[in-house]
Amino acid sequence: MSSLLNKAFLNAKKENRPALLTYTVAGDNTKKKSLEILNSISNYADICELGFPHNTPIADGGQIQTSAYRAIKNGIKINDVFSIAKNFKKSKKNTPIILMGYYNMIYQYKENKFLDKCKKSKVDGLIVVDLPYPENKSFASRCKKNGVNFIQLVSPTTSQIRLKKIIKDSHDMVYYISMLSTTGGKLKVSPKKILERYNKIKNQNKLKNVVIGFGITEKTIKSLKKADGLVVGSAICREISKSIERRQNTVTNVTNIVKRLRNKIQ
Amino acid sequence: MKLKMKLKRGIPLIDQHDQQGFWGEKFGGSFIPETLKKPVEDLTNEFKRLRNNKEFLKKRDYYFKNYIGSPTSFVKLENLSNHLGGAQIWAKVVSEANGGAHKIYNATVHALICKAMGKKYIVGDTGAGYAGKMLSMAAKKFGLKCKIFMGAKDIKRQKPNCDAMRKNGAEIVPVYSGSQTLVDAVSECMRYWVSNCDNTHMCVGSTVGPNIFVKICGWSTAQISRELKKQLKKEFKKIPKKIKLINCVGGGSSAYGFWSEFIDFDKKQIELIGVEAGGPRKSKLHAAPLSRNAKVGILHGAASYVCQNNEGQINDTESISAGLDYPGVSPIHCFLKDTKRARYTYATDEDALNAHVMVTKFEKLNPSLEPSHAFAEAIKIAPKLSKDTIIIVNSCGDAKKDRDILRERLGKH
Repeated sequence: MSSLLNKAFLNAKKENRPALLTYTVAGDNTKKKSLEILNSISNYADICELGFPHNTPIADGGQIQTSAYRAIKNGIKINDVFSIAKNFKKSKKNTPIILMGYYNMIYQYKENKFLDKCKKSKVDGLIVVDLPYPENKSFASRCKKNGVNFIQLVSPTTSQIRLKKIIKDSHDMVYYISMLSTTGGKLKVSPKKILERYNKIKNQNKLKNVVIGFGITEKTIKSLKKADGLVVGSAICREISKSIERRQNTVTNVTNIVKRLRNKIQ
Repeated sequence: MKLKMKLKRGIPLIDQHDQQGFWGEKFGGSFIPETLKKPVEDLTNEFKRLRNNKEFLKKRDYYFKNYIGSPTSFVKLENLSNHLGGAQIWAKVVSEANGGAHKIYNATVHALICKAMGKKYIVGDTGAGYAGKMLSMAAKKFGLKCKIFMGAKDIKRQKPNCDAMRKNGAEIVPVYSGSQTLVDAVSECMRYWVSNCDNTHMCVGSTVGPNIFVKICGWSTAQISRELKKQLKKEFKKIPKKIKLINCVGGGSSAYGFWSEFIDFDKKQIELIGVEAGGPRKSKLHAAPLSRNAKVGILHGAASYVCQNNEGQINDTESISAGLDYPGVSPIHCFLKDTKRARYTYATDEDALNAHVMVTKFEKLNPSLEPSHAFAEAIKIAPKLSKDTIIIVNSCGDAKKDRDILRERLGKH
């Protein structure tokens, strides 16, 4: 049986466009609001990434840090993250949801219990920023056994030999980090270069869905539309911060930005 | 059944990890984002090559001697010992090293590695400002451009070191996230490296972080115990029968450097005592993950005992000493704790201040607030011990940087 993730990519392909992936932080700025945001943006996004916030993130830029600190300050706990995911899936059972975060949170929760919760909440995939290959081998294979996609990351510094091994060990989706940067950096590499590298990854195995993330905004998204999927995170988190600051409706504003992103790759 | 954790003899502790980088299969490792895999691997290979390269070792020894000023002296604190009665108290005055603290060893080695790798930029974190000051000195010495990440709170409380960094031409990047102390500085420094690892070398200021940084730092500070071993033999003809080596522990770089040559000794002969920052007496916050039973967690790329909550969020810490104000600790100290080779305890802010007052009253020594934590333990145990017991405290930093805090807390100086 094909995974929901695969289906989402396939649907986008049928429409001759990349899949749109969004990233928001669970509990930003409240549990209720973040669920509302998910429900609303998933009308335009194909796959939703949901961050479980950590207060010592070593690979996130300012925008996502701000969202994460805000969510933690508002009392978000791992169990809340699962309940947001679960509630989301109740109304949007066909939209894949991917949890994303740092390993210490999983380590403290215990790997098996965490996976069990993923399964029960119908989580489709998992990205663990600081658990690289090959350290992630055993956990990744347990994810797979439990029907949870473990999403491997590849970056511009990944060597060819390493790339081969990572792709071989990957599940349905591979995440290509567009440039040397934390999340939310300005795109400092030309789209042409990024796509060249993307093609190298894609050529390893055409069946893998390769998405590009980091530095993708309303301005840059169109230039990368040849990819299987594109991830937008910081631009959305920034919109949440702005809306809160201006006392505007976060759900409406964030939905609008996702709608516009989707229109750009139509 | 799980095998008991064991230390090996005849192998430096920094090399007693498995292939994945874990000490005792549990502490350390390299929990890093994919982007850093390659630069960490490159650094690992380069360090492996350099530490076996005669030319490089010659260079290191040359700079240790002529630039850092090795060996630092080993002195008896006669007046303090007489005042307290009991054990003899000695000090290894590492604060004599160029710059005023042990951090110069790691900084110098990192600058040499950076040069060897052909990189022109070097970045580092700092808490008390010593790691930053030393890195800025070494960068200046070897013609490297230097950026130092420092928590905004620490910039305020350690002004003298900040002035020194700027004078050396380094840029100080203030970090406003989280608690605005060392933990946030390290995070921000790592984030910077993620974005600039193609032309920039990163120096981690202590024996923390991904495996390779623990190793490089420990390899550098080990100079302290190499010197001490010689000095002990010279002073006492042979290594005395009852020694206690007391060192403060934040990240744990000076403690490892102070102990590394003595780990193979029986602990009945040489006891290793690490003193963490207990924080203000009346506060629940502290920076003592080893002695106050924190759980194992992952912080800044390594598994160690970490002050954290049940969920895995890193706790705020509090200590009068910026250099010890860190929620994690070196994986090699976790290993020494679990194998019971070293004993870890803590001193409060007040204990450290009192110790500073007492040491400066009796001796011509001006230990900073970090080693004052170690002196607090020495002062506490010395009266109960026999005259033939040799307590040695690593006086690893000079109190010049603490000028403002001491003035505020003690109302003089």
